[in-house]
Amino acid sequence: MPEQRIRVLIAKPGLDGHDRGAKVIARALRDAGMEVIYTGLRQTPEMIAEAALQEDVNVIGLSILSGAHMALVPRVIDLVRGNGQSNVGIFVGGIIPEEDVPELLAKGVKAVYGPGTPTSRVVEDIRADFAAA
Amino acid sequence: MTAAESVLAGDRLALSRLLTQVENGTESGKATLDSLFKHTGHAHLVGVTGAPGTGKSCLVSQIALEVRKADPALQRSVAIVAVDPSSPFNGGAILGDRVRMRDLAGDPGVFIRSMASRGALGGLANATAGVVQVLDAAGFDLILVETVGAGQSEVDIARLAHTTIVVETPGMGDDIQAIKAGILEIADILVINKADRPGVENTERALRVNLELGYPNGGFHTFIEAGHASQDAASPSLDADVWVPPVLKTVAIESKGIAELVQTIREHREYLVKSGLLALRDRERLNHDFEVLLQERLKQDWLKTTDPSKRDEILSLVFDRKLSPGQAVERLIK
Ligand SMILES: Nc1nc2c(ncn2[C@@H]2O[C@H](COP(=O)(O)OP(=O)(O)O)[C@@H](O)[C@H]2O)c(=O)[nH]1
Ligand SMILES: [Mg+2]
Repeated sequence: MPEQRIRVLIAKPGLDGHDRGAKVIARALRDAGMEVIYTGLRQTPEMIAEAALQEDVNVIGLSILSGAHMALVPRVIDLVRGNGQSNVGIFVGGIIPEEDVPELLAKGVKAVYGPGTPTSRVVEDIRADFAAA
Repeated sequence: MTAAESVLAGDRLALSRLLTQVENGTESGKATLDSLFKHTGHAHLVGVTGAPGTGKSCLVSQIALEVRKADPALQRSVAIVAVDPSSPFNGGAILGDRVRMRDLAGDPGVFIRSMASRGALGGLANATAGVVQVLDAAGFDLILVETVGAGQSEVDIARLAHTTIVVETPGMGDDIQAIKAGILEIADILVINKADRPGVENTERALRVNLELGYPNGGFHTFIEAGHASQDAASPSLDADVWVPPVLKTVAIESKGIAELVQTIREHREYLVKSGLLALRDRERLNHDFEVLLQERLKQDWLKTTDPSKRDEILSLVFDRKLSPGQAVERLIK
């Protein structure tokens, strides 16, 4: 019988060295019934786009604490769109200064989550994005 | 272009999307799979099984790296299918095998796909065979399938793969009883990974004793001698007409023993080809697929023409012990 599941890539681009937040969100999405592809630390935008393509994910979640989001996020978006994955929703979590958020959203990010965002909100947003895609 | 044509032309996005369709069991996925079937049968399929944490993902990554760099002239392409368990409670899954495969990133000759088991208990997902067929048709020379490793039985992978690698680690299989029942029967190659850890000799001895029980007169002596010589126990009994699974030692995190392992996979394939087993196994597998689909199809057709109330009526006779299940089926079919 046909069965479709939301597939999410959780990736940590950049050089900062801990992935607790990424693991918490991965687990929450799993508990919400999603299939979460987890790729580990220090992913380059190229590695993220390649994984997103091979795994045919519906959503990419980027966890960034390093402050390099303005360089990394647009690069990931360009690569993913360049691969033809125009419907993949891109979400960003981590430490992102308020003033950078509008520009990220303008570049095509679906939502930006700061520390302490309830995981239930992320789950809802991803479900809504999937339903609309 | 149709989806099948795009996949055959090497379009990775089309391939990836088709894998999703096949995994989800959609009608279009099935139709494309059907049209690609005639392009399958080229790849060598290697299964890698063993308990969680034994280092399967690291090994798979190392095998792929080795194959990619071994014969640059041949440019042999590698696909990896890594299966992890779905939660029985919510159906979700965390697929983390790629974490161990980052050395393969950026190589256009490698394609890695993670799969959740979606309720199947045999160490693979129900759709894994279909996914492998697509990758075969897409032209990958080698397809590595990593199983969940905690399946009730791992026979599914033995049926699917040409070469099945069973991974053990020191300290796990130290006594004969500790080795999971049935696991040696499916092994074409036994790997003791984490050979940097203490207890390798004990594990090796336990595996060999078990093998000896399984292959009482299968050219075992040549194998023992070769095995004691060194790691190139890799070539046990090519001249004998039976393949006794060689026991290899690897340290996946240090790329040790990997070249020997790849060489042994190659020798196993040669053995399968020479002995005619490759064609035989292929036929057995296709026969099995055919039987399963035939049963399912006949049942579906039959259900369409049968009044469900008659079925319930006869079944209630079984519940009352007036008919055996066998008699009930006979009466229903008539
Ligand atoms: N000491 C040692 N650790 C290893 C070796 N191979 C893998 N590991 C570690 O074992 C753990 C599990 O490896 P993984 O490939 O994910 O195992 P899997 O669950 O069977 O796929 C990881 O922490 C690896 O770093 C090895 O040869 N020696
Ligand atoms: Mg693994």
